[in-house]
Amino acid sequence: MSEYRTVFGSLNHYEKGGVEVIEDNPKHYVFSNLFEVASKSKPYEKICVGKNLKYVIEAVRAEGNSPWFSASHDEAALCMDGEVEVHFVKPEQQLVPDTKEGSVKINGEPKGQKMGWVRVRRGHMALLPKGSAYQFRSPKPGVLLIQTIQGDHTVECWADICQTA
Amino acid sequence: MSTASISNLEAPALGRDLGYKAFTIGKFRFERDEYFAHILYPMGRHLMPIDAFLRALMRDVAWGFFYGTVNFDPVLGTVNHYGTVDLFMGLCNPAYRQANRAYIENFPTKDIKAVFEGMLDDWTNEGFDPFAAPDETGKPYGPKRGNNRKAVQRQRVVAKRMVGLPGDTGYRTDANGYTVNRHFLDVPQDQPEVHAEPGFESEVHAFNLFGYLSRSDVTWNPSVCSVVKDSLMCPTTEENILPIFHGNDRVEWFIQACDEIIWEIEDGSTGKPRAKVIMKAGDVAAMPADIRHKGYSPKRSMLLVWENNDNSLPEKYQRGELKPYPAEF
Repeated sequence: MSEYRTVFGSLNHYEKGGVEVIEDNPKHYVFSNLFEVASKSKPYEKICVGKNLKYVIEAVRAEGNSPWFSASHDEAALCMDGEVEVHFVKPEQQLVPDTKEGSVKINGEPKGQKMGWVRVRRGHMALLPKGSAYQFRSPKPGVLLIQTIQGDHTVECWADICQTA
Repeated sequence: MSTASISNLEAPALGRDLGYKAFTIGKFRFERDEYFAHILYPMGRHLMPIDAFLRALMRDVAWGFFYGTVNFDPVLGTVNHYGTVDLFMGLCNPAYRQANRAYIENFPTKDIKAVFEGMLDDWTNEGFDPFAAPDETGKPYGPKRGNNRKAVQRQRVVAKRMVGLPGDTGYRTDANGYTVNRHFLDVPQDQPEVHAEPGFESEVHAFNLFGYLSRSDVTWNPSVCSVVKDSLMCPTTEENILPIFHGNDRVEWFIQACDEIIWEIEDGSTGKPRAKVIMKAGDVAAMPADIRHKGYSPKRSMLLVWENNDNSLPEKYQRGELKPYPAEF
């Protein structure tokens, strides 16, 4: 047995660090904890926890079945807690134009060919391939980190999630 | 205009031949002895402990001079201009600047890369791995003793789309020499279930990123694992101390995947202390574009470094078109 214990976080247990200011504004570090964010979010709200101009990292509470989403570009989903299935469909027609960035919610279930599915647990990363439609399914609460581009459904609420003083 | 050369000088300035080559580029001259790297330049002479110097040099070479400024210590460093590189003494040190002791030369990247690679190759003794945590490697001291080319010539992982996809960078396994690190023996190695319909095997894809990271044989070496246009997720495993102070030329973000890192934050140009950032599992923080940072990781930890690879950003930050922090609230 290893003498070292690797400490991961989860929805049920996380310890938060913080910014100790010497001469600066703590807001400049936009400091949050993704488990804390997901613990206060509604299922599949895409809460922005990282933003680098148009690119974002979203913390998502996975619980139940999500709407179907699609994007004109690749995205990546990293499971940080729980066990989540991702189901993929190749739509009969392109759902999101190439000029549109960020993920787009699809009304209902998209028509098209089933591409397959993956089941991810903590530490597993899944590709959300461009042009596909995808749905998350998670019977129990979990946490996903989505690497994507800011879209219509990205929620910025920095003052609610970040250290301010 | 600069000239680069890799010289095997017969009469080292230090007066003792320990078997190491001396290296020159422009008006800089680098020599080493048992314990120190000696950097001679027109304004004077600077010393660094050889272990600290080689660890910093290893990152600068492996990262291709990285984004922005790589401070080897409070005096010596490089600034990447993506095609050329500044090699400087005292540029980010107010005392050196005020005393007119700062010195800077600009070199084509290929020239300084060749000199740095030559130095790393010649000065790294057998048994010392500058990429490894101090507890995992031998000592760099003493007269020249063999080499460690296998360690210093590692290629940084740069996935084109995502690790494990057909034609992309591969997995780490026992079979290809990447065993689980001693600090991560408790990290699950299970793989995700992947059920791809015929014809979609290259798109329906998932892999165990934390398992992949647990098998990394290097520290403080962000590697690209997933790509969304210019958004690069660059996870890395960290143990002990980041061997440089990194002053980015753009905002970068850190997501702590497990364990803890304490970041010392200083002003990017003056070195004045600005903050400490304590990051635990699940914490997310931005590193503003006008700071420099050094990390301390008591136990080997996993850090997701997230970068925006847009090449137009450094000039926009320099011109003040973009604020050095990423969000206002």
